[in-house]
Amino acid sequence: MIELQNVHKSFGSNHVLRGVDVSVNKGKSLVIIGGSGTGKSVTIKCILGLVKPDQGTIFVDGQDVNSAERDAFLARFGMLFQGGALFDSLTIWQNVAFRLLRGRLKKPQDEARAIAIEKLRRVGLKADVADKFPAELSGGMQKRVGLARAIAAEPEIIFFDEPTTGLDPIMSGVINDLIREIVVEMGATAITITHDMSSVRAIADQVAMLHEGKIRWSGSIKDMDQSGDPFLSQFINGRADGPIEAVR
Amino acid sequence: MTAGLSVIGKNTLAALAALGRVVLFALATLRHMVSGPFYLRELWVALIQIGWLSLPVVGLTALFTGGALALQIYAGGARFNAEAVVPSIVAIGMTRELGPVLGGLMVAARVASSVAAEIGTMKVTEQIDALVTLSTNPMKYLTVPRVVAATLAVPLLVAVGDAIGIMGGYLVGISRLGFNEAAYIKNTVDFLEHWDILSGMIKGAVFGFIVSLMGCYYGMNSGRGAQGVGAATKSAVVAASVLILAANYVLTEVFFSA
Repeated sequence: MIELQNVHKSFGSNHVLRGVDVSVNKGKSLVIIGGSGTGKSVTIKCILGLVKPDQGTIFVDGQDVNSAERDAFLARFGMLFQGGALFDSLTIWQNVAFRLLRGRLKKPQDEARAIAIEKLRRVGLKADVADKFPAELSGGMQKRVGLARAIAAEPEIIFFDEPTTGLDPIMSGVINDLIREIVVEMGATAITITHDMSSVRAIADQVAMLHEGKIRWSGSIKDMDQSGDPFLSQFINGRADGPIEAVR
Repeated sequence: MTAGLSVIGKNTLAALAALGRVVLFALATLRHMVSGPFYLRELWVALIQIGWLSLPVVGLTALFTGGALALQIYAGGARFNAEAVVPSIVAIGMTRELGPVLGGLMVAARVASSVAAEIGTMKVTEQIDALVTLSTNPMKYLTVPRVVAATLAVPLLVAVGDAIGIMGGYLVGISRLGFNEAAYIKNTVDFLEHWDILSGMIKGAVFGFIVSLMGCYYGMNSGRGAQGVGAATKSAVVAASVLILAANYVLTEVFFSA
């Protein structure tokens, strides 16, 4: 279970998070939606400790993330970054097996490579990409490699940062289905941030909408369309007019 | 009047804050240097990149500098009939000053820029964040190998540069200035002391540390986008070059002032 209580974060005079309260149960998939610049990425970075909140507390399985031992804490997480964030000096299999080649999860090279190839297969890539470099792959393939890297060490908690941004609709559908399948088969807790409604409907058990640094609405995916909340309704239907200003 | 003063004050405070951040970064680097995990493969790659691949540029710089130095000292020495000092002054000048300083500046141009651009791009494309989520400390994985590699490699580059620079002086000496080959070499060897060479290599180690540290510091603190990386690269080279010259003065004062 992941729980955020009253999390605030400012960058200079820009007050991005203004008291975020949200939680997700173990094994469930939460999707955080909201416009660009509403603090979705900052929220995830706060949970991971990449950004330190100014105020508020974050618990993972009842433990305050600030008091957790960093290595052990991070070993439980996997993350798919928006642009893939693959290391361009390493080959594809070395990217996927990054965690298995060093540190506390270190395995012999052959074994790490075999696991990497297995994970690549899991995301629909053939073994012949293993020795290529990230720059040689298309955007959709890079996303899949990023996904394979995120799941390589069998994490309990996986974050997906705008998993379908920059992909064509068919590839978006493929990535959405993959995420759903992988989360279900691994029994992992997932938090996804996106503004792609097709992702939301494919991935989410629960939905939370971030607006002006606070959770505007949260609930089950079933209740999203009948929420009666004008902000959420405007967002999910993509209307230019409504309570959310179109020019921000 | 007060507006002018406030600009001066603001800039002074900003400069001091920047200095403080660099010092904290340097201390963090030193701390991570002595505690594992150590990434030996990264260190090896950095040694090749920073040391081996800088050899041509450092060698060429030293060769031409040694040659020019011989011509200048000969012309200067001729004013008081002391042309015979050319071999020893070329050797001392190269080993104590020009080898380390010019070598350091060439490495600053080559290495501080590439390190800042590489790490800056990694930061902009979230690769640094990705490292953290993969339980890898970016200071240990990116900064420490590069700083250690430069600190080890630049003294060796300086030593090679010294030899090539002296060779440059020798070639000009025997072909243009009429020195006898054997006498030139004997004069070089007789007057050169171990400390001349060693002090230059110590300077090289300090300059190498500065160069890599600046590259990593500005890369890690790069702004967003191509412009951010460009600014980080420029700042890294400028800061490394100025700090090398400043450190050179301080070290020369420490080593050689009586």
